[in-house]
Amino acid sequence: MDTFAALAHGMAVAVQPMNLLYALIGVFLGTAVGVLPGIGPALTVALLLPVTYKLDPGGSLIMFAGIYYGGMYGGSTTAILINTPGESASMATALEGNKMAKAGRGGPALATSAIGSFVAGTIATIGLAFLAPWLVDFAVRFGPEDYFALMCVAFVTVSATFGDSPIRGLTSLFIGLTLGLIGIDKLTGQPRLAFGIPELLDGVEVTTLAVGLFAVGEALYVASRRHHAEEKLEPVRGSLWMTKEDWKRSWKPWLRGTLFGFPIGALPAGGAEIPTFLSYSTERRLTKHPEEFGKGAIEGVAGPEAANNASAAGTLVPLLTLGLPTSATAAMMLAGFQQYGLNPGPLLFAERPDLVWGLIASLFIANGMLLVLNLPLVGLWVRLLAIPQPWLYAGILVFATMGTIAAKPSVAELSMLAAFGVMGFLMRRFDFPIAPVVIGLILGPIAESQLRRALAISLGDPMVLLQSPMSATLLGIALIALLAPFVLKGLGRFKANED
Amino acid sequence: MIPSHKRLFGAVVALLLGAGGPVAAQQLELKVMAPAAPGGGWDQTARAMQQALVASGIARSVQVTNVAGAGGSVGIAQFVNGAKGDGNQLMVNGFVMVGALAMNKSPVTLEQVTPIARLTEEIQVIVVPANSPLKTAQDLAAAVKADIAKVTFAGGSAGGVDHVMAALFAGTIGADAKKINYIPFSGGGESLAAILGGKVTAGISGLSEYEGQIKAGKLRALGVTSEKRLPGSDIPTFKEQGIDLVLANWRSVVAPPGITPEQRKTLSDAVEKMAKSDAWKEILKQKGWDDAYLGGDAFADFLKKEIVRVTDVLKSVGLVKS
Repeated sequence: MDTFAALAHGMAVAVQPMNLLYALIGVFLGTAVGVLPGIGPALTVALLLPVTYKLDPGGSLIMFAGIYYGGMYGGSTTAILINTPGESASMATALEGNKMAKAGRGGPALATSAIGSFVAGTIATIGLAFLAPWLVDFAVRFGPEDYFALMCVAFVTVSATFGDSPIRGLTSLFIGLTLGLIGIDKLTGQPRLAFGIPELLDGVEVTTLAVGLFAVGEALYVASRRHHAEEKLEPVRGSLWMTKEDWKRSWKPWLRGTLFGFPIGALPAGGAEIPTFLSYSTERRLTKHPEEFGKGAIEGVAGPEAANNASAAGTLVPLLTLGLPTSATAAMMLAGFQQYGLNPGPLLFAERPDLVWGLIASLFIANGMLLVLNLPLVGLWVRLLAIPQPWLYAGILVFATMGTIAAKPSVAELSMLAAFGVMGFLMRRFDFPIAPVVIGLILGPIAESQLRRALAISLGDPMVLLQSPMSATLLGIALIALLAPFVLKGLGRFKANED
Repeated sequence: MIPSHKRLFGAVVALLLGAGGPVAAQQLELKVMAPAAPGGGWDQTARAMQQALVASGIARSVQVTNVAGAGGSVGIAQFVNGAKGDGNQLMVNGFVMVGALAMNKSPVTLEQVTPIARLTEEIQVIVVPANSPLKTAQDLAAAVKADIAKVTFAGGSAGGVDHVMAALFAGTIGADAKKINYIPFSGGGESLAAILGGKVTAGISGLSEYEGQIKAGKLRALGVTSEKRLPGSDIPTFKEQGIDLVLANWRSVVAPPGITPEQRKTLSDAVEKMAKSDAWKEILKQKGWDDAYLGGDAFADFLKKEIVRVTDVLKSVGLVKS
C-alpha cells in the first residue's frame, strides 16, 4: 500500500474543523487529567465512552488519542513541579525534573520535556505509520523468556543507577519486589501476603505507592526540615527558556529516548516504565556532567520524557494491527472501537483505512497542539513554585488524597497511601532511593509470571532462557552491566599498582 | 350541572388512574453495581443496562457504581452486607465470579443474593496458529491424550472461564484434567501474542476476541462451545465433532438478599422489560453480545448448577482445596 497517499488522505480527514475541535478537546482534557494523580487517561476515556456514543467514530477516536497523548504531557508537569508523578510513566522525569525545578530551572525542565515529547511523539508516529506491520511481527515473536530477560536488564540497570551505593539501590528494589508479591498469584490463583484483606487481593496499586512515596513522603520530609534550615525555593533563576547549552544537552537524549520508547512500547507487555528508566540510566552513564545527576541534570528529564511519549505511540502498534491493548488506556480505546462495531486487527487497515489513517494523522496534530498548548503555560506553571511552602505542600496532600480516593474509594487504600507516605519519609531521611521500590512493584510481578510461563511452556527446562537468541543476548547485556563496574574498578586498581 | 361536574371529575380521576401505571414505573430509581473497574465486561454490562433502562422509560434514573477487586469478591461482599433488603439495587455478575469466590475463600457467596436474570452470554472458542499441524478438535484431543503436559493452553486468568474450559476439555475426552498445562495471561489479549508467535499449542478465549484474527486467516478455530452451530459461521461446534463440551461465559444480574417478594417481582419485571426492549437489542448488536435472557426460577436453578459445575472443575484442577 502506498503509505504516503494513505497518510495524506488521513491528514485530509484529520484537518476537518470538527475533528480538529475533537483533537483540541482531547488534548485539553488529557492534560488536565494527567496533572491529577490517580485520574489517568484510562479512567477518563472510560467515563467519556457513553458520552461519545452518539458522535461519529472518527471524531471520538481522534479525541481519545488526544486524551492519551495529553495525559502523557500532563503527568510530567506535576512530576517536575511538585514531585508528584501523575502517571507511573513520568516517575523517571520526577527524579531530575523536580531537582531542576527546586534550583529555579523549572522553566527549562518543562520546556525540554514538552519539546522532547513533541520530537519523540512525532518520530514515533512516523514509525507507527511506516513500520507498524514489520514491528508487530517482531513483537509477536517476543516470548515469555525474552520478556524475563528484558526485565533482568531493567533490574540490573536500575539498581546500579539509583542511590549512592548499589546496596541501597538493591534494598529499595527488593522492598518493591516484596510489595509486588502481595495479591492473587496470577498463575495459580492463590492469594499471597493478603492477610485476609479483600482489598489486598488485587495487589498494591502502582499509583497509590508512587503518590505515597513521592508526594506524601516529600511533604512529610519538607515539614520535618522546617525547623532545621528552611529550604529556599527559587521559582525562576536565569532564563525561563532553554539556553543554547540546554538545547545542546537535550537533543541526543530526545533521540535516544525515542529509540528506547517506541520499540518497547510496541511490545505486547512492554509498557512505558521500562523505557523511561532505561533511558534515565543511559543518560546518566553517557552524560558529560555526571556531577549534576541527582541535583537536576537536564539530560535526565529530556531522555525519559521522550521515551515516555514514544512508547505511547508504540502502544498503538499492537492495538491497531492486532487488536491487542497493552495498556489500560489502549484497552479503553479498544472498547471505543468496539462501540462502533469495529474490530481492530489485521483487517482494520483494509476495511476502514480512512479511520486508521485519520487517527494516525490526528496524532501528529495532537502532538503539535500539545506543544502550542504547553509551551506558553510554562511561565504560568512555574509560578506555582512561588506559593509559600506550607500552602503548596498542604495542597499536594489534598490532591494526592483526592486522586487516590477517586481511583479506588476504600479505607484500605487510604491507609496504604498513609503508610507509603511514612515509608517515603523514612527512606528520604535515611537516604534510600525511592524509585527502585516502584520499579520493583511494577516489574517484579511481570518478571515472575513471564519466567514461570516460560518454564511451564518448556516443561521446566531452564535452558529455554538461553535457547532464544533474543533472551540470551539480553541476559548477556544484564550480566555485563552487573559485572562491568566491578571489573572496571579492579582494572583501575591494577593500573594504579603498575604506576 | 352538578352531575356533569361529577362526571368530569370522574373522567379526570380515571385519566389520572389510567396514567398511573406508567407513572409508577417511571419512579423506579435504581443503583446498579459493577463489581469491577470501569471498562471491563461487567462494567460495560452495567452501563448498557443503565442506557437501556432509561432510554425505554422503565426507570427514571439509574446510577452505576464500580467496586473493583478480586474478581468481584470485594463488590459482592459490599453488596450483600450494605444493600441487604434494598429493593432498588442490582449487581452485575457472571461466570468468572463463581470461580473467583471459590478460590478466594470468600465468606460471601452467590447463594446469598437474590437471583434476577441471566442477560447475555459469549460462546468460547479454541484456536491454534494458522501453521499448526492440528486441524480439528479431534486432532487436539489426540495430542492431549498422547502427552498432556506438552500441550500448552493459553488463556485468561487462573480459575476464569478459559481455565475451566481447558479442564473441561481434558475431562470430556478422558484425559486427567489435573495435568493440563494451562498458562494464564492477563486479560485483554496478551495471550494472543503468545498464540500468534507459536509459543503455545492452543489458545482459549471468547469468540469475539479472536474473530478478527480467525477471519484474517492468522488463527484457525478448532471448535466453539455452543450447543448448535452459530448462524452464519463455518466454525464447527465441539459437539458435532463428538466432544460433549458446551459452555458459555454468561453475565447476569442479581438483587440483594432479604428483599420482599413484591420487591423481587418489581425488579424482575423491570429487567425482563428491559431485556425485551429495542434499546437493549440495539446495544447487544453493537457490542456483539448474544441475548441469553433467562429469568425467574429457571435462572435460579441455572445459577445453582453452574456453581456446582465450576466448583467441581476447580477442585479437580487443584485450584480450590476441598
